[in-house]
Formats: sequence, structure tokens, C-alpha cells
Amino acid sequence: MNRATFPHKYLPWLLIAPQLAISLVFFYWPALQALRQSLLREDAFGLKTQFVGLTNFARVLSDPAYVNSIKVTTLFSALTAGLSMGIALLLAVQAEKLVRGKGLYRVLMIWPYAVAPAIAGMLWLFMFNPSFGTLALPLRWMGVQWDPLLKGNQAMALVVAAASWKQISYNFLFFVAGLQAIPRSLIEAAAIDGAGPARRFWTIVFPLLAPTTFFLLVVNTVYALFDTFGIIHAVTGGGPGKSTETLVYKVYNDGFVNLILGDSAAQSVVLMVIVIALTAVQFRYVERRVHYG
Amino acid sequence: MTRNHFMTAAVAFAAVQLASPAAAQTEISWWHAMTGANSEVVEKIASDFNASQSDYKVMPVFKGTYPETLNAGIAAFRAGQSPDILQVFDVGTGVMMSAEGAVKPVADVLTGAGMTFDKSQYLPGIVAYYSKPDGTMLSFPYNSSSPILYYNKDIFEKAGLDVNAPPKTWNELWDAAKKIKETGAAPCGYTSTWLTWIHLENYAAWNDVPYATNENGLSDGNAELQINAPIYVNHFQAITDLAKDGTFKYGGRTSEAKQIFLAGECGIMTESSGGLGDIVKSGMNYGIGQLPYDSDGNGPQNTIPGGASLWVMGGKSDEIYKGVAAFFTYLSQTDVQEYLHQTSGYLPVTLAAYEATKASGFYDKNPGRETPITQMMGKEPTANSKGVRLINLPQIRDIENEEFEKMLAGEQTAQQALDNAVERGNAAIKQAMGN
Repeated sequence: MNRATFPHKYLPWLLIAPQLAISLVFFYWPALQALRQSLLREDAFGLKTQFVGLTNFARVLSDPAYVNSIKVTTLFSALTAGLSMGIALLLAVQAEKLVRGKGLYRVLMIWPYAVAPAIAGMLWLFMFNPSFGTLALPLRWMGVQWDPLLKGNQAMALVVAAASWKQISYNFLFFVAGLQAIPRSLIEAAAIDGAGPARRFWTIVFPLLAPTTFFLLVVNTVYALFDTFGIIHAVTGGGPGKSTETLVYKVYNDGFVNLILGDSAAQSVVLMVIVIALTAVQFRYVERRVHYG
Repeated sequence: MTRNHFMTAAVAFAAVQLASPAAAQTEISWWHAMTGANSEVVEKIASDFNASQSDYKVMPVFKGTYPETLNAGIAAFRAGQSPDILQVFDVGTGVMMSAEGAVKPVADVLTGAGMTFDKSQYLPGIVAYYSKPDGTMLSFPYNSSSPILYYNKDIFEKAGLDVNAPPKTWNELWDAAKKIKETGAAPCGYTSTWLTWIHLENYAAWNDVPYATNENGLSDGNAELQINAPIYVNHFQAITDLAKDGTFKYGGRTSEAKQIFLAGECGIMTESSGGLGDIVKSGMNYGIGQLPYDSDGNGPQNTIPGGASLWVMGGKSDEIYKGVAAFFTYLSQTDVQEYLHQTSGYLPVTLAAYEATKASGFYDKNPGRETPITQMMGKEPTANSKGVRLINLPQIRDIENEEFEKMLAGEQTAQQALDNAVERGNAAIKQAMGN
């Protein structure tokens, strides 16, 4: 590959300066602040500050509520990523089979992505409100004791559904693109050899979609971990009990509602470490097995 | 720009400078959390004050919900740019009180500006809540409310209950709720907003039983919760039992239950007096009663205020403090308080405003509007009924709510829920106090 050369030494720096400035101000500076805060014990107003070393970390990590939050987050992320990717793949494969109205179908599928997380949350909250929800009523007719305000599993189901629903569009888009990149000749050859639709999917389509699937796995995990705050905030507020309190929600709750800045900062540092580790693992190990066509 | 244009612009700029009267005024910023009709009240009070004199200009700024406003104030203080007046909700009182140096007591602001502060002019229950143990008033009570009982008269009639006799004690209320459910007058008998505020903090004050040691944290913040005493356990076990068959219906941690009541799903509700506006608007055939008391307690004593108060931030110039003092004096005027009380449903702060509203016949035309005041004023507050003052009350409420939700879901008994709440709450208080 040819090395791109610039006539001037400083031009490249100048060109990346805006991006660098944004990263420094909005990413590195807050991250450093969080690191600093995580080692301090401070009242909300910052009137009394005391260096406490790693005490905040020790307390956070030994807190049963934190362990619970890790479990909740793992379950929530796995369910959300799995559900939204699974349904999106199914819909994308079915959409490919359509002869007429393919375009319209795709456009309609992409709409929910434009909905803001908090709005999506409110939408699902209203549909499944135990008192006046349009979809809560049929559930009750079916004999389901629907009460997400008190039943943790149902609250979890509700936030997973809302979070997945919003992400299906995005995944659908990428799967459709991935499917279009698969050469028709391969599938036709397999069909001539007598492979049925299911076999064609699992032996040809699915493996060839692996790069897309891998990419989406990373994006969806990050989405479930960090971008679902609005939905949880609007639908359950972390309750009932602590059954939908994810790690990100707990950082918010401890820091901004309960004003325990040290603990909140320590949690966000732990979160930072988790994200770095997760990304490293995904790119180092998972990527190796992915077949890039 | 041509020279000519530049000259024109310069002249116009100079003219604006000369014409602007704002140059001589001291501007006072007021961050608040009022929405809807209540935010119009804020705007009107500020603009009326600004029109009444020419030295000061109060500028209200909406900052979001109560917690958001508090956070905005704290963040601004840390950045050295705090507002002059900050509206803080009742549970944030402990946080503000512990911030010595960040805030200036209202009593000092008023006396510093050469005004006299006469405590006896104000409603005792409210002033006690926003004062230090030695009686120094720390913040100015702007909007205060009190929990009361609302009931749907149509449902009462269908259930064969006396529409003019709302339940007075909790036992009477449980019976009425059961009857509503049994007769099928409504799918649920009773619901309540704010379980922590109504069924713990106000329950303690109203029945004159301790919520925590050290006068509920008022005399010393190193307090321990006492909400697992038998009287609380029996009360919450009764609610849990009613929840099993849906006689009691849980709505959520804050005011969500109001929707259930408005939808006609439950016949009785306990809610803040500040929630009256929505109920009036709904056109429901409603009645108002006192907050029920427990026949095993020592009440009825007095209820404690919810709502919010205005805090004056520290480190401002004397000129600003004079302006704040003038504004608070204006706020205390009888006609301003009357307007605030009658428009917003919040309680008047001064006795004179209460008397004037009474004399005007407002309470005869709007029965029930006096109930929250008589509840709060009925008796001189005791050690149990001045309020609850814990540095991390929002966190304590969170813990209590979590345990209640598990209890109402049938995962634990009232005894277990309250024991857990006490244990977790005490640990949180200890940590917050730095022990």
C-alpha cells in the first residue's frame, strides 16, 4: 500500500485537530475526572474533600446491590442483543423472499429506529400499563397476572421488549445489506444440488453473514449496555425492587439521585474497564473465527 | 460595513444603553422546578414583584424536575456560578442543611437586610420543618402540601358506604376498601401515591410515633431508623394482605397512583393536597377527608409538609441579599400568599393569608381545601412530628420503596421488608455521615 504523504508536516495534525479536540473535551477529560473522583470522598457540594484511595472501589465491589446489578445487566444485554438480532435476521431473510413491495416493507421496518429511546420507553409503558394499556388487557384475558410494577420478571420483559424493538430496525438494515452481498450463484448451485431452504440458510447464508453478525454483536452489546438508559428510566426506573437496575442506571441513581459521588465515579471507572475488556476480547478472539468473505 | 453604517450602529447601540433601565437594577436569579399552572404562578409573582419596585429584578429560570433542579444548583455551585435563589424539594432539605457555607439561612438574609423576621407570623408546622433545631429559619417555604384522603362518591354510593363520612382511621379505611371490592363497586378499594412520604414520614408524625432516633434526625443527623416498630409492621402487613386480592393496588413510587384513582379503578386514595387540581379537572364526584390515623397510635397529631422551599445560596453580594430579602418580604404579603394558595392548591405560608382566605369564604365554596391546613396546624409539633431530617433521605426512600415492592409482590412479609429497610437504611446513613 502506498503511504500517503502530505506536503506539510503540520497539515495532518491540523486536519485531525477538531476530532482530537472533541475527544479530549468530551471523552478524555470526563474520564480523567471520573478517575479522580473515584478516589475521593466528597459531599455533594464539594465543600469537604478527602482522599480515600481505593475505599470506594472496595465498598462498591462488595455491595450485594452491585453484584445484583451485574447479573441484571448481563441478562438484559444478552436478551436484548439476542432477541433484536434474531428477529431482525428472520425478518431480513423473509423480506428477501418477497417479490412485490420489497421496498415499502423495508422502509416500514426501518421506522422505529428514528424513535428516541425515552419515547420508545413511554410507548411500551402505555401499551402495557396494567390499568389502561391496550395490550395489557388481552394479557389479562389470557389469565396472565400482568403487573410489571411489582413483578420483576415482567418488568424485565417489558424493558427488553422495548429495547429490542427499537434496535431491530438497525439490525434489519445491516442483515438486508449482508444478504444482498451473498452471490446468488452460490445459493442456486446449492439448490440444484438438492439442498432445502433450511439447509441452504445454515450452510451458506448464515456463515457468509458472519462478518455482519459479528459487527452487529458488538454494536448491540454496546447498545444494550449504554444506550438503553432512556428506556429503563422511562419504563421502570430500575424497579421493582432493583430488578431492572443495570450498571449504567446504578451509576446515574447513586450519583445524581443519591448524590454519592465517590461510589458513582468508582462504578463508572469499573464500567470503563468492562467496556475496554469486552471490546478487546471481542476483537481479539471472536473476530478470528469470523469468516470474512 | 461602510463608515456610515458603522456610525448608525454605534449611535443605535448608545441609544439602547441610555434607554435601558436595567443598568441600575440588581438582577436576582431564581431556579425553580414548577411546571404547568404552577410555573405560570412563578412567572406572575416574579413579574408582579419586578413591577412593584425598580431596584431589583427577579428572573425565574425553569431547571427541570425537583431532583434535576437540585443537581443543577449543586453543579453550578461547584462551578462557582450558583443562582441566588434555588428551589429545593422537601427531601433535599437534609442535603442543603448539611451544606454549611454553600447556603445562607433565610433568617440571616432577612435580618441582614435590616428587616425583622417574626416567626409567629408563619404557619408553625411549616416553619419548624425548614428550621434548625434552635429555631433559625433556613429556607423560605414556597410551596407546601400535605397528604389527605380523596374518595370517589359515586363508588361509595354503589358500595353502600356513607358518602358524607370518609374513613377516619386506617381500620375504617381497610373495611371500606374491602366493601368496595366485595360489592364490586370498583375493581380496587384503595390506592396511595408516595408510600414513603404518606405511610412512613407522615404516618409517624400524624400518629406521634418516632421515625428515627434523635427526633427523626432533626437534633443530630447520626440517627437510626425506627420504622420496624410493631405499629408500622401491623400497618404494612394490613396493606400487604389487602394487596393479595387487589383490594389495595400499587401505582408506583411517586404520584402514579393518581391515574388509577382518576380512572375510577379504586374508590379511595391518599395523595398530596397539591394533587387536587387534576382531580377537580377530571370532573369526578369526589370527596376529601383527613389523612386516616392509626387507632393504636397517639394521634392524630399533625402532618408534615411536602413540596419545596427556596434556599438562598452563599457568597453573594450584600446588594443581592437585600434584593432577596425584599422579594421574600413581598412573597409573604397576604395578597400574594392568598393568590398562591388559591391558584396552586399549595398551602399559605403565613397565618394572615390563611385567615384572609377563610374570611373571603373560599373554604365554604371549596370544601376540603382547608383540610391540609388544619391537619398541619391542629397541634403544636412534638419530637416525632416536626419532620424527618436525614442527610440522604432520597436514598432512604429508594431503599424503602425497593423493600415495599418486594413485599407487595409477595416475596417477603411486612416484618422482613421493614427490618431490611432499617438495616440497609442505617448502613446508608452511617456511610453518608462519614462514620
